[in-house]
Amino acid sequence: METISLTVNGNPVQLDIDPATPLLYALREELQLNGPKFGCGLQQCGACMVLLDGEATPSCVLPIAAVEGKEVTTLEGLAGKDGKLHPVQQAFLEEQAAQCGYCLNGMVINAVSVLDANPSATEAEIREALDINICRCGTHSRILNAILKSRKS
Amino acid sequence: MSNRRTFIKQAGSITIGFSILGPMACTTENKDLSLGEVPGVLTDPDRIDSWIRLLEDGRIQVITGKMELGQGLSTAILQVAAEELNTSFDTLSLQLAETGVTPDEGITAGSRSMETSAMSVRQAAACLREILFGLVVEEYKTEAEGLEMENGAVIVNGVSLSFAEILNGKKIEKTVFEPREYYGKTRRKFVGQPIPRPDLEKMVRGEAFYVQDLRFPGMVHARIIRPPAYSAALAGVDEATVSDKLGFVQLVRKGTFLAVVAEKEFQAVQLQRVLDGKVTWEIGEPLEQPEDLKAFIKSLPQDSNTDEDKGDWERVKEGGTLVKASYSKPWIMHAANGPSCAVALFEEGMLHIWCHSQGVYPLRETIAKMVDLQLEKVHIKGVPGSGCYGHNAADDVAGEAALIAVEIPGKHVRLQWMRNEEHAWEPYGTAMVMEHEATLDSNGKIKGWHYELWSDAHSTRPTSGDPANLLPGRFLEPSFGTPGQGWRGGAIRNAPPIYNTDAFRLTSHIYQGPLRVSALRSLGAYANVFSIECFMDELAEKAGQDPFSFRLAHLKDERAIACVGRLKQITAAVTPGERQGLGIGFARYKNSASYCAVAALVEVNDGLPVVKQMWSVIDAGECINPDGLINQTEGGMIQSASWTLKEAVKWNETHISSIDWQSYPVLRFKEIPKVEVEVIDRPELPPLGAGEAAQGPAAAAIVNAIYKATGVRVRDLPVGRISS
Repeated sequence: METISLTVNGNPVQLDIDPATPLLYALREELQLNGPKFGCGLQQCGACMVLLDGEATPSCVLPIAAVEGKEVTTLEGLAGKDGKLHPVQQAFLEEQAAQCGYCLNGMVINAVSVLDANPSATEAEIREALDINICRCGTHSRILNAILKSRKS
Repeated sequence: MSNRRTFIKQAGSITIGFSILGPMACTTENKDLSLGEVPGVLTDPDRIDSWIRLLEDGRIQVITGKMELGQGLSTAILQVAAEELNTSFDTLSLQLAETGVTPDEGITAGSRSMETSAMSVRQAAACLREILFGLVVEEYKTEAEGLEMENGAVIVNGVSLSFAEILNGKKIEKTVFEPREYYGKTRRKFVGQPIPRPDLEKMVRGEAFYVQDLRFPGMVHARIIRPPAYSAALAGVDEATVSDKLGFVQLVRKGTFLAVVAEKEFQAVQLQRVLDGKVTWEIGEPLEQPEDLKAFIKSLPQDSNTDEDKGDWERVKEGGTLVKASYSKPWIMHAANGPSCAVALFEEGMLHIWCHSQGVYPLRETIAKMVDLQLEKVHIKGVPGSGCYGHNAADDVAGEAALIAVEIPGKHVRLQWMRNEEHAWEPYGTAMVMEHEATLDSNGKIKGWHYELWSDAHSTRPTSGDPANLLPGRFLEPSFGTPGQGWRGGAIRNAPPIYNTDAFRLTSHIYQGPLRVSALRSLGAYANVFSIECFMDELAEKAGQDPFSFRLAHLKDERAIACVGRLKQITAAVTPGERQGLGIGFARYKNSASYCAVAALVEVNDGLPVVKQMWSVIDAGECINPDGLINQTEGGMIQSASWTLKEAVKWNETHISSIDWQSYPVLRFKEIPKVEVEVIDRPELPPLGAGEAAQGPAAAAIVNAIYKATGVRVRDLPVGRISS
């Protein structure tokens, strides 16, 4: 066990934890967060994505020791303190861009990361960036519409 | 229950009044995902209170025995109730399938939930309204005309009376009856509107919603040590290899079923990895490696049947131009984005299970038998999981969690499969061979048609209560064995073409293949419609007609003609460019549910097909929620495109080798077509199942478009790379 310090959704966090534990398990089990989901544990599907120092990153393999001192934002941390949704989250609601919604975390997180880096990203660039994110219900077209919509706001 | 007791004490006679909705009407809603006590209410579907109950906070609970799978069922069910009671969603809450709490509505499958559950809720809600109106008329000497219901109250001469005030202590017990009016047919304030899904905000905010999000104090985590093969038997395991490891709680071994339990989830994963390399197994017969899928399938023992024989096919066969074509589809998987998960607790002789099963009642019977408990000692609550539109490992994981939980009484046991387990052990949608022959007369009309198909089972759901239908069932000691021959009905779903012919013969051969199989969205309809609709294009070409005209010339059903005709109008302006083709497909799902026509524009570059755009026209009768219907149809087309272009389960002599997203590629964002859906709403007609309607037509549309683009007829799925 080691003590690892990091910032999660703006709050400093100290965890006494096996340093090999992937970030995902720490977020879900130690910090009771629901946003990041276990999908594959292989960095192939995007369900577990979080913003790591602002960049969308799969959390299912990354050992917690590797994020010492870093800033992690999960789906829960995107909304404002007043509860106001991030424009990407809002656009997902407006476009009803989900069916089962299990992939939604990764989709939103990745979209936020892409648009933060390039607010005028093209549809092709967004498709390229989200190629890692698997959806089995086939809601991709709505997700694309939502991201394109939030780009304007 | 203490809340309820307190409430009854305080509310006194009002509680008695609530008995109009049954003696247990004032239930406490499970406000979060955790269980309350099992209220033990009656679940007789003839009782109004099986579908609608009053909650002590004044809200109205709407009850369904079906599950939310991502198809938007929750929203549609709430809409029909909101309509009849003229109330906003704020005053409603929804109870999903739970044994002992909701009616037993079997399995959430076959696109039947609107036709069954929603209509039961609609009727119960309309009955409730009319009963309350009747009481008001009697008590207040007023006319029924002009009475209005609004947000949980009845408005009488401008005065708002709550349900409790109206009941005023009266004890009236009623079963459902045929109400005088359905607001859903006459007013349509909620029904037919694209009302946003209330559950979506929870997902967007990352609130606890899925079975994967359940947490309980002291909850432990389990993982299964999977055998290397279907046929493997556990030879030996040395507990000492893990017993001193951090967080180790227990090994649970029952025959070949082996699970490890740890305090933390990642500890369980680590222990699973250690044990994976240490356990010894005896492996039985190797899996056969067919070079030719069709020949292999036809060589398997099979149960053959003539399912339909209309007219004189043998005679008609000789009387025109005979056209033949043979098609196939491989085994494909559900491959939910999130692996299957369940939580189980065995406490004071009761086994509680939280899971994403599509049929909590049939599962209860099966698990009770497997763990040898009385039926009433098993309680299962449906909690949404990761969607997949079919029978994946949801029931298996619940059974496994139960087996582990009974060995660790008093502890909540959470079990989630890992990715390779989900891919390699779920029951797949079976491979099929589809062979068509038909005769055309000199006018280009189809005279006769013979369809012969080969299929394994399309459902091994635990509907018969046999633990052989749960994965762990076969590995226990003594073993419950494996499911026997499956249900023929799934294989021949949509096998009879909708088109008019003088003669039609359907022959089906049900084989038992090497892989575990069960229900995948639309069952046999996907392959049947794919092959019928591709064959229709082949026939149209032989007849010298375009695909639209040829289909329309063979349709009699006005709704089918309207659906295909509308697709023709929508796509009339589409001009395929270079290396592009436009194809269509059509079917009425199950030949009794929704009509769905699909067009696809496909471009083929260096043999690689890319679906650029898809259009669909769907007639689902009365549409409860157009956006929900559109969402289902868009998703159906995209999922079908993925199956059709890319998906096939692969295996080696030991076991499945498609174990992750690299070895089992699916359609990803760069390849996703634009999709457009138009709904033909028929509010005067009953609603029809729609969630699976697009699967077959979409596959045919893509493959027919590829032919237009390349001149190559793809008859064996997946399409993969096209060699011309």
